[in-house]
Amino acid sequence: MKRQALGYLIFLVLLALVPVAGIYPIFVMKVMCYALFACAFNLLLGYTGLLSFGHAAFLGTAAYSAGHAIKIWGFSPELGILFAVVVAGLLGLIIGSLAIRRSGIYFAMITLAMSQMVFFFFLQAKFTGGEDGLQGVPRGVLFGLIDLKNDINLYYVVMTIFALAYFLIWRTVNSPFGQVLKALRENEARTTSLGYDVDRFKLMAFVLSAMLAGLAGATKTLVFVSATLSDATWQMSGLVVLMTLVGGMGTLVGPVIGAFIVVLLENKVGDFGTAMAGWTGIEWFTRLGESVTIVIGLIFVICVLAFRKGLVGELNAWLDRRRNA
Amino acid sequence: MTTIFGIPIQAFLGQLLLGLVNGSFYAILSLGLAVIFGLLNVINFAHGALYMLGAFLAWMGLSYFGLNYWAMLALAPVLVGLFGILIEKFMLKHLYKLDHLYGLLLTFGITLILEGLLRSFYGVSGLPYSTPDALRGATNLGFMILPNYRAWVVVASIVVCLITWFVIEKTRLGALLRAGTENPKMLEAFGVNVPLMVTLTYGFGVALAGFAGVLAAPVLQISPLMGSNLIIIVFAVVVIGGMGSIMGAIVTGLGLGVIEGLTKVFYAEASSTVVFIIMAIVLLFRPAGLFGKEK
Repeated sequence: MKRQALGYLIFLVLLALVPVAGIYPIFVMKVMCYALFACAFNLLLGYTGLLSFGHAAFLGTAAYSAGHAIKIWGFSPELGILFAVVVAGLLGLIIGSLAIRRSGIYFAMITLAMSQMVFFFFLQAKFTGGEDGLQGVPRGVLFGLIDLKNDINLYYVVMTIFALAYFLIWRTVNSPFGQVLKALRENEARTTSLGYDVDRFKLMAFVLSAMLAGLAGATKTLVFVSATLSDATWQMSGLVVLMTLVGGMGTLVGPVIGAFIVVLLENKVGDFGTAMAGWTGIEWFTRLGESVTIVIGLIFVICVLAFRKGLVGELNAWLDRRRNA
Repeated sequence: MTTIFGIPIQAFLGQLLLGLVNGSFYAILSLGLAVIFGLLNVINFAHGALYMLGAFLAWMGLSYFGLNYWAMLALAPVLVGLFGILIEKFMLKHLYKLDHLYGLLLTFGITLILEGLLRSFYGVSGLPYSTPDALRGATNLGFMILPNYRAWVVVASIVVCLITWFVIEKTRLGALLRAGTENPKMLEAFGVNVPLMVTLTYGFGVALAGFAGVLAAPVLQISPLMGSNLIIIVFAVVVIGGMGSIMGAIVTGLGLGVIEGLTKVFYAEASSTVVFIIMAIVLLFRPAGLFGKEK
C-alpha cells in the first residue's frame, strides 16, 4: 500500500516536471485528457463488466457543451466544465437507462447506436458548426485568478483535474460501492440474490463514467480551444476500448498507459510510414499516416487474440507467478 | 398532380422505393448477423466491412479483369465467403470459450484494417459503378416511373432472404443448424461435425453481406466507409427485431427501411436518426425486441 502511494507520488512529481523538462506540454495534456477518458470507460468495462461502445457520445457532448457555454454564453472555464459534466451526466442517464435493459452484446450495440444518433444530431445541429467544428473557444481565466492562455498554467490545471479525477476513480473502485460493481461483473445473478438492486448500481456506474468522460471532453476543449465532430464518432468509441485493452482492463493504471501508447502511435505512425517508404522504396508507406486505422486495427486483433490482459494485466500476472514460484 | 398528405405522389413513391432499397440491405445484413449470432454467439462487426468488400470486388472485377456485374454478383459472395472462412478458422475460432465481447472486438479490429487498407489505395471519395445494361432505364407504371435497377435490388434481396429462410426453417440442413443453435454439444454427440458447420455458417453469413455489397454498388457510391455507416444502423435494426427469428430480421429490416424513406419525405432532418429513436422506444416497451424471446 505504501509502495503504491510512493509510486503515484513519484509519477505526479515527474508529471509536474514535464514543462520544465522541455517536453511539448500540449502533447502531454492530450495524453492526460485521453487517459482520463479511458479511466472513465474502464470504470464501466473493467470494474462493472459493461462494454459501452458509445462512450465518444459523452466525450463529444461535453466538448461541445463546454465550448458553446464558454464561447457563446461567456461562461468562465470552471463553470463551463461544470456545465459540460452535468450535460454528459444527463445524457448518460438517458442512454444508460435504455442500455441496461439489455445485457452483454446487446448492451454494446445499444450504446453504439445511441452514440451514432448523438453524432448525427451534432452533424446537423447549427451550433456545432457541422463538419468544421466549434473553433476559437477562449480559454479564459480560471476562478478569475489563473490565466489559462498561458500553456504552462493550463498544464498544471489539467494535471490537477486529471489527478483529482484519478483519485476519485481509485476511491470509487475501493469503496463498498466499487465492491458491489465488481460483484456484479463476476456474477450478476448472485449479486441480485444478495439483495442488491443491480439495475440501480449499473445505472449509477454508467452515469459516473459518463460524467468523468465528460470531464475529459470539456478539458480537451480548453486544451485545443476547439470541439470537433471527431470527438463523437464511433471510431473514437473504438479507440477508447483499445486504450483500455492495450493497457489492461480492470486495472487502474492500465488505461493511462494505453492512452499514452495510442496517442503516441497516432502522432508517430505517419513519421514511421515516411521512414519505411524511404527505407523500402515502396511509395504506399507514405500514406500510412492517413490510414492509422490499419495499425490501430492490427493492434486490436493482436490484443484480442494473444494479449487480452493488456500490459499491466500481463505484468501483474507475471509478478504473481514469480511470487508464488 | 395527385398528392398524398400534400406531397406529390411521384416524390412519395420515389422515397418509398428508396426506403425499400435501403430496407433490403438492412434485411440481408441483419439476416446474416442473426444466423451468425445464433450459432457462433458472435456479433460480427466486420459484417459492414465485408459488405463494403463485396462492392469493391464488383468494382475491381470490372476495372481490372473486365468481369461484368452478373459475373461478380455470383463471384464476389463466394470470395467474401472464403475470406470469412479464413477469418473464422484462424482467429474467431480461438475466442468461443471467452466472453462474447471479444468476438465483437476482434471483428471491430478486422473492420478497421479492411477500411484502412482500401482507404490507403482508393481514398474516401467513392468510386462510380454503372448500372448493368439489362437493368438500365425505367418502367412507367402509370402512377409512377419505376427505375429498373432499384426494383431489381428489392426483388433480388427478398428472394435471397426467402431462400435463406426456407433453407433454415424447412430443410434438413436447416434443422441441423437450428439444433446447433439450441445445443451444440448434444448435436456433436450425435456425430455431426459442429466445428465445420460453424465455419461454413460464418462463411455463408458473410457471403450474404458480400452479395448485398454487389447489389449496392450501382446505387450507392463505393467507398471504404459505406459499410460501417450501415452496420451501426443494422445493429439498431437487430436490437429492434431481436435476433431470435429469421423472418423477424427480414420483416424488421424492410420495415425500417420504408419508415426511414417516409421520414425523408415528411421530416428530412430526422431521417438519419429515426431508426435509433425507434430502437429507444422499442427498448422502453419491449426490451427483448419485437420478435425476440426474453432469455
